[in-house]
Amino acid sequence: MGPVLAGVLQLLALVAALALAYVPAGSYMARVYTSKRHLRVEKWIYRGIGADPDAEMTWTAYLRGLLAFSVAGVLFLYLLMRLQGVLPGSLGFASVDPAQAFNTAVSFVTNTDWQSYYGEQTMGHVVQTAGLAVQNFLSAAVGMAVAVALMRGFALSHSRPRSSGGTPMRVGDLGNFWTDLVRGTVRILVPAAAVAAVVLAACGVIQNFSGIHEVGQFMGGSQQWNGGAVASQEAIKELGTNGGGYFNANSAHPFENPTPFTNLFEIFLILIVPFALTRTFGLMVGSVRQGYAILATMVTIWLGFVVLMMWTEFAHHGPALHAAGGAMEGKEVRFGIGSSSIFAVSTTLTSTGAVDSFHSSFTGLGGGLTMLAMMLGEIAPGGTGSGLYGMLILAVIAVFVSGLMVGRTPEYLGKKIGAREMKLAACYILITPALVLVLTAVSLALPTPAHSMLNPGAHGFSEILYAFTSAANNNGSAFAGLNANTDWFNTMTGLAMLLGRFLPMIFVLALAGSLAGQRPVQVTAGTLRTDKPLFTGLLVGAVLIITGLTYFPALALGPLAEGLAS
Amino acid sequence: MNNSVRNTARLLGAGLRALLVLTLVTGVLYPLVVTGIAQGLFLGKANGSEVEAGGRVVGSSLIGQQGYSLDYFQPRPADGLGENSLNTQYKLILSGATNLSADNEKLVRSVRAAKAEVVKENSTAGHRVNPADVPADAVTSSGSGLDPDISPRYADLQVHRVAERNHLPVAQVRRLVDRHTESRTLGFLGEPRVNVLELNIALKGLVAER
Repeated sequence: MGPVLAGVLQLLALVAALALAYVPAGSYMARVYTSKRHLRVEKWIYRGIGADPDAEMTWTAYLRGLLAFSVAGVLFLYLLMRLQGVLPGSLGFASVDPAQAFNTAVSFVTNTDWQSYYGEQTMGHVVQTAGLAVQNFLSAAVGMAVAVALMRGFALSHSRPRSSGGTPMRVGDLGNFWTDLVRGTVRILVPAAAVAAVVLAACGVIQNFSGIHEVGQFMGGSQQWNGGAVASQEAIKELGTNGGGYFNANSAHPFENPTPFTNLFEIFLILIVPFALTRTFGLMVGSVRQGYAILATMVTIWLGFVVLMMWTEFAHHGPALHAAGGAMEGKEVRFGIGSSSIFAVSTTLTSTGAVDSFHSSFTGLGGGLTMLAMMLGEIAPGGTGSGLYGMLILAVIAVFVSGLMVGRTPEYLGKKIGAREMKLAACYILITPALVLVLTAVSLALPTPAHSMLNPGAHGFSEILYAFTSAANNNGSAFAGLNANTDWFNTMTGLAMLLGRFLPMIFVLALAGSLAGQRPVQVTAGTLRTDKPLFTGLLVGAVLIITGLTYFPALALGPLAEGLAS
Repeated sequence: MNNSVRNTARLLGAGLRALLVLTLVTGVLYPLVVTGIAQGLFLGKANGSEVEAGGRVVGSSLIGQQGYSLDYFQPRPADGLGENSLNTQYKLILSGATNLSADNEKLVRSVRAAKAEVVKENSTAGHRVNPADVPADAVTSSGSGLDPDISPRYADLQVHRVAERNHLPVAQVRRLVDRHTESRTLGFLGEPRVNVLELNIALKGLVAER
C-alpha cells in the first residue's frame, strides 16, 4: 500500500469514527444544556460560587458573568506564573517574566494557547497542571456556553414578563452563565477527557509527577527529561480545541503523541465536540435538519482542505523538499505525510493550534492552507462552541444576502434578521481581519519586529502574518521560526488574542439577546429553506467569499508568492 | 457609582470563587485520578517507556537519541533540537523543529550536505549507494527532533555499512532490520518504521554473541 492510499484510508477511518460518535455526543450535549436537574457535585460548586443556578440571565448579565470569570482567570494564571519561583512543586523553575506571563495568561484563557515559551524549560508542574490545563477546560466550557446562549436566542419564542414591573422584556433571557459553565465542565469535558487521558497513557503518553530525571543513553552518558501530567493535559488540550503543548514540540513530541493511533485519536478529539455541537444546535432549535445543513457546510470545507493539503504535501514542491525527495522536514516518520496533513488542517480549521508537524516547513501552498483555514474564522468545524457561533453568524449573513437577492426580509430559524442583527453580525466578521491586517502591517512598518523573522523573503512575511492570524483567531499554532518572545510580540499578540476572543463574544451575546426578544415569524412558501443543500451551498460560498477574499492580498504576498515560485 | 463598584467587586468575587472551585475539580482531582489510573495500570509507559539493556537504562523507546557511532544505525538529523536557556541548573533537551521554509537556501544546503554524507558513509567497498535511493527522512529533521524512528528504506540503506563495520554477514543484518520493521498499525495507520534504539540494542546483542 502506498502512503497516499494509507492517508486516504486514515481519513475515511476518522470520518467513520466521527460519524459514529456524532449522534450520541450531540444528543448528550443537548440534554446537558437543557436538563432541569442539578447533580449533587454541581450543587456543591454553585454553593461555592454563591450563584443561583436557576436564575435566568439577560444577555448583558450573561456577558458580565463571563467577563468576570475570564478576568479572574487571567489574573490568577498571571500570578501563578509570576510566583512560580516560590511555589512548591515547580521543579525549582524561576518565575516567568511579566510580558511573557501576561501573554501566556491571556493565551490560555482565550482558548488560544499561543506559546512564546518552551514548555519543558519554563513551566513547572503546578503551573502546567493547576494553571494552564485548568484553562484548557474552562476556556472551552466558556466557548460552549456562548454557543448554547446563541442557540437559546434562536430557540426561545416568547418574550417573558418581568417579574417585578410586569412590562414585557424586549430582550429575552438566555439561561444562566454559571450553570452552562459548570455543566459543560463537569458533565462533558471532565468525563470525556478522563477517558481520553487513560487511552493516551495506555499508548505511551507519560503521566507522572516526578522531577527532572536523569536517564542513561545508549552510547553512554545521560539525558535529562521532564516528567509531568502530560496525558491528562494532552486529552483536554485536544478535546477543548486548546492546543498548548506540554513540550515545545507539542503533539510532535513522542511523549505527547507516541503512535500513529494516538495521532488519529487526537485528531478525533479535536473534531468531535465542534462537529457534534451542530446536532446539539439542531435539537435545541427544534429541527435536526437545520443542524445537518450547518454540519454539511463544515464537512465540505474541512474535506476540501484535507484533500488540497494532502495533494500539495505529497507533491512536495519547494527547492529543499525537492532536494530531499519528500516533504518530511518537520514531520515525524511514524505519522508520515498523510496523517500529518489531516492533523494540520484539523488543527487550523478549529481553534486548536496543536501541531504534530511544523507548518513552517510545509510546502508554500500547504503553509498557506493552514493560514487560510484560520482566516476563514475557524468555523469548519471551529473551536468548542466558537466554531458553531462563528458559523451561525455567517449563516445570518448568507440569509441576509439571499434575502437581498429576492427582495424579502431575511429571516433565519423564524427570527427576522433586521438592521440590528446585521450590524452585530457585520461587526463580528470585521473585527478579526482588522486585528490581523492592521497588526501585521504595523509590525512590518516598525523597524524592530522584523528582526524576529527566521526565514528570509516571502516566508518571513508569512511568519508575522501567521502570528497575528493565529492570535486574533485564537488558534495558537505558529510558523514557529518567529522569535515571539519579545515585548512587542508578547504585548501585541496578547492584545490580539483578548480582542479577538471577547469582542466577537460580545457581538454574539448581543445578537442572542436580540433574537431571544423576538416573536418568531410564520414560515411561508417564500421563506428561504435553511435546511436544504441549496443553503449549504450558499453558506460555503459566503464563508469563502466574505472571509476568504478579505485576506487575498495578504496571502498573495506571503504563501502564494512562495508557493507559486516553487 | 458606589453601587456599580460594589456590583463589579461582587461579580469578580463570584468569578474568582468559580475559578478556584473549578480549579479544584479540573486542576487537582482530575489529574490526580488520571495519574492514579495510569500509574496503576501502565506503570512503565506512564513513566516514559524506559528501555534497559545490559543491566542499565539506555533511554526511552519513544525518544530518539543522537550521537550513535557509525558502527550503529543512524537516526534522522535533529537540527531543531536545543538546550535549555532558562533554569540552567538543569541540562534539558528542548524539543523542536528547524522551522526553515521549503525555499530557504540554508535548508537546501543542509539537505544536500546530509544527502552527500549519507551516500558517503553508507557506500562500502562492494556497495555503492545511489543518491536517488536516499529517502527523505534521512536528510530532514523531524518535528520534535526526538523522532525515535527511521523509515525502513533508510535502515536498509545502512545495512551494508553496519554489516561491514561489525564484521557481520549482510544477510544477517538485513534480517535484523526486517525483524525490527514495524508496519502500519492495522495495515493503514501511520507509516512503516524502524525504532533506532531497539534496533541498535539488538545489533549490539548480535555482535556480542558472535
